[in-house]
Amino acid sequence: MSTHIEKDPHTGVETTGHEWDGIRELDNPAPKWLMYLFYATIVWAIGYWVLYPAWPNLFGGGYTKGILGYSQREVIAEQMTLHLEDQAGVRAVIAAATPEDIRANPDLLAFALAGGRVAFGDNCAGCHGSGGAGNTGFPALVDDDWVWGGNLAEIQHTIQYGIRNPHPEARYSEMPKFGLDGILTRTQIADTAEYVLSLSDRATDPAAVLRGQPVFEEQCVACHGSAGEGLRELGAPRLSDAIWIYGGSKEKIVESITNSRFGVMPAWTGRLDESTIKQLTVYVHALGGGE
Amino acid sequence: MSATTALTGRPVAAYDEDVVRLFVIATMFWGIIAFTAGVYIAFQLAFPALNLGLEYTTFGRLRPLHTSAAIFAFGGNALLGTSFYVVQRTCRAPLFGGWALSRFVFWGYQFFIVMAALGYVLGVSQGREYAEPEWYVDLWLTLVWVAYLVVFLGTVLKRREPHIYVANWFYLAFIITIAVLHIVNNLAMPVSLVGTKSYSAASGVQDALLQWWYGHNAVGFFLTAGFLGMMYYFVPKRAERPVYSYRLSIIHFWALIFLYIWAGPHHLHYTALPDWAQTLGMTFSIMLWVPSWGGMVNGIMTLSGAWDKLRTDPVMRFLVTSVAFYGMSTFEGPVMSIKAVNALSHYTDWTIGHVHSGALGWVAFISFGAVYDLVPKLWHRKELYSMRLVGWHFWISTLGIVLYITSMWVSGIMQGLMWRAYDHLGFLQYSFVETVAAMHPFYVIRGLGGVLFLLGALIMVYNLVRTIRGDVRAEAPMTPANRATAPIPAE
Repeated sequence: MSTHIEKDPHTGVETTGHEWDGIRELDNPAPKWLMYLFYATIVWAIGYWVLYPAWPNLFGGGYTKGILGYSQREVIAEQMTLHLEDQAGVRAVIAAATPEDIRANPDLLAFALAGGRVAFGDNCAGCHGSGGAGNTGFPALVDDDWVWGGNLAEIQHTIQYGIRNPHPEARYSEMPKFGLDGILTRTQIADTAEYVLSLSDRATDPAAVLRGQPVFEEQCVACHGSAGEGLRELGAPRLSDAIWIYGGSKEKIVESITNSRFGVMPAWTGRLDESTIKQLTVYVHALGGGE
Repeated sequence: MSATTALTGRPVAAYDEDVVRLFVIATMFWGIIAFTAGVYIAFQLAFPALNLGLEYTTFGRLRPLHTSAAIFAFGGNALLGTSFYVVQRTCRAPLFGGWALSRFVFWGYQFFIVMAALGYVLGVSQGREYAEPEWYVDLWLTLVWVAYLVVFLGTVLKRREPHIYVANWFYLAFIITIAVLHIVNNLAMPVSLVGTKSYSAASGVQDALLQWWYGHNAVGFFLTAGFLGMMYYFVPKRAERPVYSYRLSIIHFWALIFLYIWAGPHHLHYTALPDWAQTLGMTFSIMLWVPSWGGMVNGIMTLSGAWDKLRTDPVMRFLVTSVAFYGMSTFEGPVMSIKAVNALSHYTDWTIGHVHSGALGWVAFISFGAVYDLVPKLWHRKELYSMRLVGWHFWISTLGIVLYITSMWVSGIMQGLMWRAYDHLGFLQYSFVETVAAMHPFYVIRGLGGVLFLLGALIMVYNLVRTIRGDVRAEAPMTPANRATAPIPAE
């Protein structure tokens, strides 16, 4: 179509004279305020390039550093250093103190509880649950039912060296796989499980309890105790209460006896510093059941 | 309206409107799927049990299903369909390549969508955001996209108008740039020709930068340039007013496509990406503010002389509101690209809210407006089944968007502040899981916003189906009977 400029009757502005499917265009200039805003952002960008690292040198390598000498890596390194320096004094005192000393000093205790809470959230909560509520296979830490001991020294040892891992100081014990290794028959295991249930007054089959008792006394009491009270030295859990790491239903108990369990916790020494391990010790101890 | 004599009286070969009809149906079909998936995964975040314990229905697999369905299936079909409609009419030429090529583009594109979706649900993914499909799907899409370019560009070249209309500049920029982005970002080596797995050609921070150069320009050229093409046709057409400023359209078009391509690094602030690249990403994002607003100003000012249509035409309301949301999110974007702001907003729900003010407010609303405008024309109906229902759709969806973005602002800013809170001893105040727990109520509100948006779209589908069947609802007209027909003065 040929160019046909006309005046828009509504605004009095001329059209560009083009038309497509009935659509025309007015010949308005771009609004001044918009263009000034555009120029302002360009000026601002150029100013920023002068001040900060901006343009790479495609031929010689490197880039324009900017007159402020800003470097993100240096800033974060500086902030981290400052932060660590702020805490360095207290952290050093905690690293050198015993957990008992920390508990006795209100300032150190407050610091250890705050630091322990964060370290727990970052490192422990994944298995033991937020706040130490526990998960299947991972004991709750908020109660007073301790598998490997609940005083400060025992907790510290567990955190430091972990459980059933390759560290030479790790806590270690192994329950036989009574079913898998053919030590007991399926019937014996079911009867033993019924007996274990009776320790917490939950048995429903008195005859099975009677059959299971001699098996329990022969195979289990050495570690779990004659009344199922457990033995912390060997990390053998108490069987006479309502607290179960792997589940307390008959089905789960049969599973535990048949296949055994082999719960592992990493050694934290070397991964966390001395001060953080002690903060964690005091924090876990204070969760509810510390002895 | 299979042939037109336009204003010059010269006859033109028949326009291909069948393929546009197919695209319109696909747009609404995939739109409902995208919105439903979005609502479902929104509630998964609030109530994790909805993951159902099945690998196929976990958030991780359904999330790309939602994003791809929204962007590529709903948005893509809207773009392809309207571009085929607009390019024929503004060039006064039928689609280049004829029936076979345009049908190949349509069915080929649907096949791409289905292949991509199957991959997501089955766990086949490149792990690149918005580019999750693996190499075999990428190759197929490349083929389809080249065919699309041939149809579009061929039609432009065969045009019977002396000039190329601005909508077509934007559509063409969208098609060409997406081709370049898609190919470069997906350069990868398949492990085997019979397996789905491939490895990216780049690695480390280069790979990340490549991905976000793609990712941001998927926003810039797919969700912005393409939809600006839509805006430049349907807003003046529906308003029956000339485009406000030809000069502004030239300036903001070239500025937009020149500046957008640099902005990707702002997705990688405070990462291994070098300082200088972060600076460029941020400063170009700031300079992008006005070129983006150029589209908003040109769209909204086109209404001058037709503002009354906002009262009388709910379809116009969709179109204009979309442009307003476009303006809002293209202001929010540059603000969030500033490093100091990004330090707070990045990785939080604020980003999700920002994306949805663009996706729901801009992309979906302009598409709704265009589809409402097109359906009576394409199916040769005098009018929509019900303008009142369009009005209901508008308000229900708008309320949904408001719930969505405000809950995500609050949730995101809270989340960012909680992450950086220290106690007086210098320890972090909150563990991560505490921030998640604090966001729960906002996740629920966001989900409800999504439900409203989906509800609005279902009303639309009902309205369109009745329109296509040729029904007209007996209802009071939106236009007061005594309203003057001449344009009223601008306010």
